[in-house]
Amino acid sequence: MSPITLIKISLRALLRNRMRTFLSVLGIVIGVAAVITMVAMGEGSKKSIKEQMTAMGTNAIIIMPNRDRRGGVQTESTESLEEADVIAIRENATYINGVSPMMTVSGQAIVGNNNSPTTLSGVSSDYLKIRNYEIEDGVMFDDDADRMAKVCVIGQTVIKNLFPEGNPIGKVIRYKSIPLKVIGTLKTKGSGDFGQDQDDVIFTPYQTVMKRFSATTNIRQIYANSIGEGYAEKATEEIMGILKERRSWTKPTDPFRVFTQEEMIQMVTSTSDLLSLVLTAIAGISLFVGGIGIMNIMYVSVTERTKEIGLRMAIGARGRDILLQFLFESVIISLLGGAIGIALGIAASEIVKNFMNWPMSVSITSVIVSFGVCFATGVFFGWYPARKASRLDPIEALRFE
Amino acid sequence: MDKAPILSIQNLRRDFKMGEETVHALRGVSFDIYKGEFVTIMGASGSGKSTMLNILGCMDRPTAGHYILDGEHTEKLKRDALARIRSQKIGFVFQSYNLLSRTTAIENVELPLLYNSRISSAERHRRAVKALEMVGLESRMNHLPNQLSGGQQQRVAIARALVNDPVIILADEATGNLDTRTSYEIMMIFQELNRQGKTIAFVTHEPDIATFSGRTITLRDGLVKKDVINENIQDAKAAFEALPPPEEFEE
Repeated sequence: MSPITLIKISLRALLRNRMRTFLSVLGIVIGVAAVITMVAMGEGSKKSIKEQMTAMGTNAIIIMPNRDRRGGVQTESTESLEEADVIAIRENATYINGVSPMMTVSGQAIVGNNNSPTTLSGVSSDYLKIRNYEIEDGVMFDDDADRMAKVCVIGQTVIKNLFPEGNPIGKVIRYKSIPLKVIGTLKTKGSGDFGQDQDDVIFTPYQTVMKRFSATTNIRQIYANSIGEGYAEKATEEIMGILKERRSWTKPTDPFRVFTQEEMIQMVTSTSDLLSLVLTAIAGISLFVGGIGIMNIMYVSVTERTKEIGLRMAIGARGRDILLQFLFESVIISLLGGAIGIALGIAASEIVKNFMNWPMSVSITSVIVSFGVCFATGVFFGWYPARKASRLDPIEALRFE
Repeated sequence: MDKAPILSIQNLRRDFKMGEETVHALRGVSFDIYKGEFVTIMGASGSGKSTMLNILGCMDRPTAGHYILDGEHTEKLKRDALARIRSQKIGFVFQSYNLLSRTTAIENVELPLLYNSRISSAERHRRAVKALEMVGLESRMNHLPNQLSGGQQQRVAIARALVNDPVIILADEATGNLDTRTSYEIMMIFQELNRQGKTIAFVTHEPDIATFSGRTITLRDGLVKKDVINENIQDAKAAFEALPPPEEFEE
């Protein structure tokens, strides 16, 4: 029997029981739509985390003091970073493109009647290329000329909050009663889907923060970026070597922690991978239940049509013909459910994305895999009832009432 | 009549195991049917005629003995091979018509040809129309079974049995569900088909139906009790016309 004939026969049988077919299809639709939406949710959050990480900078490396754990209490390391470390790294490291300390101060930035709760970041000029910032207007401060200078470079959100009339260059922001002259503005970077506003920043020379705000010689974090992808590990080793050498370090443990961007992406995505897996597994269960629905309906259908099967066999149908006829029915149900479910899943993802601002990303892989799984579901759950049908004895089947 | 029989059974036995007991449904039946014959097989219930028909129809296999249909030994054939024989050499007509519901007459008639992949869909349609013409139902080919009378449904079933041009048509109490007038109409069709050269084996328990055939084999307790040539074949058309006219009903 040709496949087209088989499809026709199966479709006709399915159309004869519209309501029943609809309900079996619905089971698969819900399962597939759930899988597509859940995977889109997982993929979306993973993608957004990655984007955010990338927005942090290209090939970024962060160095910070190691913490000790004693009796469950985390303490600051006795070793601290200082300006000389930054200079040593800048001068000696060969796998590093740029290096900048990172000193943060929390407080209010005030201009006249306007104020904004923006974090002040003490950095060096390299920080811009590490974090992929670009100057829009004015200039970035110079590491030597502007040492401890009361100057700053501000992001677009700060301009919006503090200088609603625009044109901030040359004007003064008061931060913790210290006046900082705006010498440059940054191009907009936008915000990550989850993250904080990356345009809500005020940069000032790190020496200014150390001297005028924090009164410390310790540096909390050093940012650097390696010369390219794949150099993260070498750069890390090199930095650690320089830092150890400066301290004549001999202990087996490292004095500092170094995070590379790759590591951080892996760390965060592994959590979100687990979340996606759990969500997908739950959705997969509903697809499985849908498959059981198909099996159930196929059993009913085979029993109900015993006489038809008997007749078909009496007039020449082989067991194989009957098997294929019922298998086609279950596969049609599952593929139809799959197609509708995929459409519904994509639609649901779009709705969640647009109305709830949740990052969603429908992956082609999940669509293809879902469709494949549907086909497998149809075959798997249709097989047993179809085989039962194909093994009926035509004499018994014809006698069935 | 040709020399070689179209159908030959030799010492056919069929036992059924019912728990501990063995039921001997057929105890050694032999007969030949030649091309162009119209044979009725008669017998009371329990005589083995249903078992006989199932074996003749290649839906069941004998326990012992031979069954040669159109030159082919069938007793050792596997399920699929038997299905092929049913599809190509046998036409079935059942007591309860067994048409697929919600399926038009023509599609019902086309059904046996679906299981023969060598026949194109155009050829299938052409043959189905021809078969429906032979039973006088070409005007009803797009009707559903529930839009047809019992007699018309049985005529569709006969068309379905003809469509694969079988070597033998097997009818199982084909008039059992019909009133006398309609039964005679159906017998007219069978007689006409027989005149055109079709070989027919017709199982019945109604003696008047047997008078329309050329030969009657009577089974009893799994054995052939009588096998007689009917010298005085009744004409179904004449018998039909001799019936009192149907009672008029007020509309």
